[in-house]
Order: sequence, then structure tokens, then C-alpha cells
Amino acid sequence: MAQDLFNSFMTGPDEKGRFGDFGGRFVSETLMPLILELEAQYEKAKTDDSFWAEMHDLWTHYVGRPSPLYYAERLTEHLGGAKIYLKRDELNHTGAHKINNVLGQIILARRMGKTRIIAETGAGQHGVATATVCAKFGLKCIVYMGAHDVERQAPNVFRMRLLGTEVVPVTSGRGTLKDAMNDALRDWVTNVRDTFYCIGTVAGPHPYPAMVRDFQSIIGKEAKEQMMAAEDRLPDTIIAAIGGGSNAMGLFYPFLDDKDVGIIGVEAGGKGVNEKMEHCASLTGGRPGVLHGNRTYLLQDDDGQILEGFSISAGLDYPGIGPEHAWLHDIGRAQYVSITDVEALEAFQLCCQQEGIIPALEPSHALAHVMKIAPDLPKDHIICMNMCGRGDKDIFTVARALDFDMGEFE
Amino acid sequence: MSRIDAKFAELRAAGKKAFVAYVMAGDTDYDTGFEVMQGLPAAGVDIIELGMPFTDPMADGSTIQLAGQRALEGGMTLEMTLQYARDFRKSDDTTPIVMMGYYNPIYSRGVDAFLTDAKEAGIDGLIVVDLPPEEDDELCIPAQAAGINFIRLATPTTDDKRLPTVLQNTSGFVYYVSMTGITGTADVQSDEVAPEVARIKAATNLPVIVGFGIKTPADAKAVASVSDGAVVGSAIVAKIGAGEPVPDVLGFVGELADGAHSD
Ligand SMILES: Cc1ncc(COP(=O)(O)O)c(C=O)c1O
Repeated sequence: MAQDLFNSFMTGPDEKGRFGDFGGRFVSETLMPLILELEAQYEKAKTDDSFWAEMHDLWTHYVGRPSPLYYAERLTEHLGGAKIYLKRDELNHTGAHKINNVLGQIILARRMGKTRIIAETGAGQHGVATATVCAKFGLKCIVYMGAHDVERQAPNVFRMRLLGTEVVPVTSGRGTLKDAMNDALRDWVTNVRDTFYCIGTVAGPHPYPAMVRDFQSIIGKEAKEQMMAAEDRLPDTIIAAIGGGSNAMGLFYPFLDDKDVGIIGVEAGGKGVNEKMEHCASLTGGRPGVLHGNRTYLLQDDDGQILEGFSISAGLDYPGIGPEHAWLHDIGRAQYVSITDVEALEAFQLCCQQEGIIPALEPSHALAHVMKIAPDLPKDHIICMNMCGRGDKDIFTVARALDFDMGEFE
Repeated sequence: MSRIDAKFAELRAAGKKAFVAYVMAGDTDYDTGFEVMQGLPAAGVDIIELGMPFTDPMADGSTIQLAGQRALEGGMTLEMTLQYARDFRKSDDTTPIVMMGYYNPIYSRGVDAFLTDAKEAGIDGLIVVDLPPEEDDELCIPAQAAGINFIRLATPTTDDKRLPTVLQNTSGFVYYVSMTGITGTADVQSDEVAPEVARIKAATNLPVIVGFGIKTPADAKAVASVSDGAVVGSAIVAKIGAGEPVPDVLGFVGELADGAHSD
């Protein structure tokens, strides 16, 4: 038993918020008391049955959980190898996995007596999820979104406004997700008393990476049970796309100690992972550094200045990655690969045609990797991929990439 | 005695408060930034805070963010910021230089290599915004061991329970952040600052310097009257960013210094 515990991959983070050397609490003194208070409150909620009862009630009746585990039969036949299952988190209310985590943080915020919620968003999915739950609870909500993303994810901006949220376009830096996170942190430093910062991925200072992972772990817990029901065994490989890494951590975490289950994270390769740095593959193309409260792999230049990533997918366009992934990468428990824009677009279309599912561009990256490996795997090899979002928000981007003129229909 | 300790001893003997000026290295370009830095002591500056440009300054408002961007666009690097100190020391061996910025460029260079280079360049202290006491093992402890002061920020959210943690491993002086917020936005309220400074001084023998929101000579005077000195950053950086000639910038710095010293 002691030996088992020692070998577990599920005990992190330590009391300093570290996963190995990664993670930590690299924030200004003004925020330090706030994150200590958040940690204390989260630790209390975590072991409080009434907290989880409220979560499960809303997951069931508001979000629509459990999400199905779906055998993608035509896709499997088309690729001619491994048996492919999709965990259908794109069917959640608001269209992505993001709401799993938002519910947890907003319930916690309410317990802490916070009345003003702030969030950062890239693709707009986390922003929409936060706006949605704030509307449901009558909380004031402000979402920071890079000016560049406001443009390429316009439908989500309008959704947030309909939900009564103030969307603040961020022009500082280069106006992308990283800059939106900077401005959200600046807001929090300024409004310390009434404000709760609802972070959308497994990044930021401790306790966010662990807390967001715990809330998203419902994905992996369900997938495990559903896979046992469907196949009477665990999958051989689990795969998810990675921006900051929350949907991936949610799927991976419950499987970490199942050592026969292979784990693959798929980063955005943009125009290709090379010295031009036009990608968002922090693990395959970056090195360790400190940003946004934690130590992790980052895209940066020789002088430690952070680089802007590049990806067709706004949700993956982040120069860092959650610290737990950095650790899983270094210890070799998970494998990390990258997929280019072109490959993701191909997977996007194949999924529409073979399965009647329009995927978001983010999981299209995971699917593109499935397309690469499935044909060479035996038919009894089971792959479980997280279909973490639907593609409604992306149809304009995809139309543009495919030279399809949407204007014709206006 | 470190240059910082010597400076405070000198000020105390003269019955004067400290005036601290922040400028961004490499802003608006390498030569202009250095010309401003070199002119600061003659304008009345007691301690220089030398900003290290960073792409993601999460505690700074737009004035200092833009200064950092200008510097980086001009090719400024951490090595070039250290070169400022080396060149400055050729003609001034007494004015303390405190480097202020964020951890990643230092971490990227390597903590040990950075500390060796900084010490050799004549750097006296470090203020690294994203290294709270909880991360002291990273840089604070090694810096003190290398003979460089690690100056901590205390803030309005640093309550009595936490204050000893913040003061532990601090040296040189304590920098009290006058408000919850980022640089260059709200105006300092010296009546709110006074009891906070008193609270910190009751817990430490180190000088307590106040910054954030000090924009005018009158602000500098008001803040200095309730503390051991005032820091001005954004108000100076804004003038540099607006392209004002260096003598005009230094003239403004002189007025601020007179304000702080007139208490
Ligand atoms: C559908 C979808 N998938 C993935 C991501 C990336 O985030 P994470 O890696 O935290 O799951 C986003 C982010 O916006 C998203 O909208």
C-alpha cells in the first residue's frame, strides 16, 4: 500500500503548489493573501458534501451531464485501425467543457461572498460559460478578451453581451489570450475585496491548476465508468487537445495511475513547430519559465521575453501550458505532440462528413492526431478522445480558411 | 555597508527623506534611457530604480507597459540593462541602483549567473514583483547571499498576521505600495498611507518608502512627510514616453525631488 501511494501520479501538487519543479505562486504581494484565502476556502469546499451535491445537481440539470461516450463507428471504419470513442463534452450547455469548471468556481465565489466575477477568454468559450453561470446566479461579470480574439470570435462576444456580461477588448501587448490574462490580473489587483477571478484553464498560481483540474476531472471519471460499461475494460490510449490544458487534464487525471493507459496531449502546431515560432506548442517548442503565477514551459526568446503564439484556433493560442502537464511531460507519464492548422482543418471536415459532428477547432487538433495513429493500430486498440467543444463558434474562421464566401448568404 | 544603507545613513544625518525615481532601461531608446539615468543624481534622486523591460508586466499600468514595449522594440535586453549599471558606475559609485521588474528574464538567464553579473555591474538591490515570500528560495535567499538587497513590497492586503512573513528576509528598505492596484492609475492618498507606514515601521527597523500614485511635487512632499521617502515612476516615464527632451524630464524630476526633500 505504501509502495502504491509512493508511485501514484495523483498526489500533486505539494503544499507549495508544485508539481515537481512546476507550478508555484509567482504573484505580487497584493494578490498573495487572496490566493491563500482561495486555497483555504477551496480546501474546505472540497471535503464538504453539500458543495459537491450542489455541483452534481447543476451538472445534471443545467449542464446536461453525464456527457455521452460515443463509439465513432464510421470514423473507425474510415481510418481502418483502432476503435475510436469520443467523449461528447461538446454537448454540454454552452458547447464546451469550460462550464464544468466555471460552475465549481462560481459556487465557491458565492460561498466566499464575492459579488463581482472576472474572467479571461481566448476563443470565448470560457467567457461564455462564465457569463452564463453569472447570469444564472445574478452576479456581475466582466470578461477580458484580446482585441484580436474579439474579432475572430465575434459570435461569442455577442453571446456574452446577451448574457449581460461586459466584454472588455484588451489592446495591451498584442491583444491575445495572454494579454487578456494580464489585464484580468490587473483588475484583480485593483478590486481585491469583492472580486473573484474565475480562471478558465489549469494555469495561474496555486491553487488554480489543481482546482480547475479537480472540477474538470468529471470528464475522466465519467469516461472511465462509461468505457467499463461499453467495453468492460479501460481504453488503451486517451487523447485531448491542449491550450492551457484543462480539458486534457480533466480527461487524463483519473487515468494517471492506470499505467497501461497511454496518454497523449495535442498542442497547436500552427504553421509548424520550427524556429519561426509560429505555433503554440509550449512543450514541444518552448522551455521552462515563469508567467501568470506559475512555472511551466513557455514560448519565449533567449532573453526570457514571452512570445506570442500562433494558431488558427483561438482557444489554443496561449504561450504556456498548465504546470501539471509540464511535469507529466518531464517524467514521461504523458506524451505530447503537435498538429498544424492544415491538419486540424482536415480533421474538422472529416468529422463533419463521417460522424455528423461539427467539432470545435481545438478538439480537431486531437482528432487530427487520432487520424495519424489510428490506421496503424490493431482493431482491438481502443482510443478515447475528448470532443471538448462544438464548432459553431468556428464556422466563420473555417469558411475563411476554405475560401468559402459567407457574405453570399447575408 | 551597502550603498543603500550608506545612503539612508547619509539622509538621516542630514534630516532628509529619500527621493526614489523609476525609469525604464532602454526607453525610448538605449541612449535616451541612459542619458536620463545618468542625470538623475544631479536632479536630486537618492536611489535609482532601474526598470527591466518585460513583455508581460502584470502589476503595471499602460504607461510602464508601453515603456517596456518601446524598450523591447528597440532591442533592449537584460544584458544591456546591466550595461547601464556598468557604465553608470564609471562616474558614480555611491547612488544605489535597484533593478525592478519580473522574474522570467532573470530565471531565463540563470539565477546564479545573473547575481554574479549584477553584483559586478554595481547593482545594489532587486525588486521582483512576482516573487512573494512564499517563493524566497528562488531568488531572495541567493541574492542576499550574493550581497544584493532583496527589497520586498508590502501592500494594503498585507495584514498584521502576514507582515512578519513579508519583512523576513527583506533588506535595504521596505517598499509600501500605497494602494491596491497597478502603477500609474489612481492618485495616492497620503492620509490613508500614514497609518499603514506606522504599522510597518512598528514591525521593522528598515526605512519604509512609499510608491504608486505619486505624480506631483506636492504628492511627493505629502507622502515623504508620513514615511521615509517617496518613489515616482509613471509620472516620469510618461514624460519620457511623450518625447520630452531629457533636460525637461530631469527638470521635472528635480521638482519632484524638491517636493520630497522639502518635508
Ligand atoms: C473547445 C475548447 N477546447 C479547448 C480549449 C483550450 O483550453 P484547455 O486546454 O484549457 O482545455 C478551449 C479554450 O477556449 C476551447 O474553447
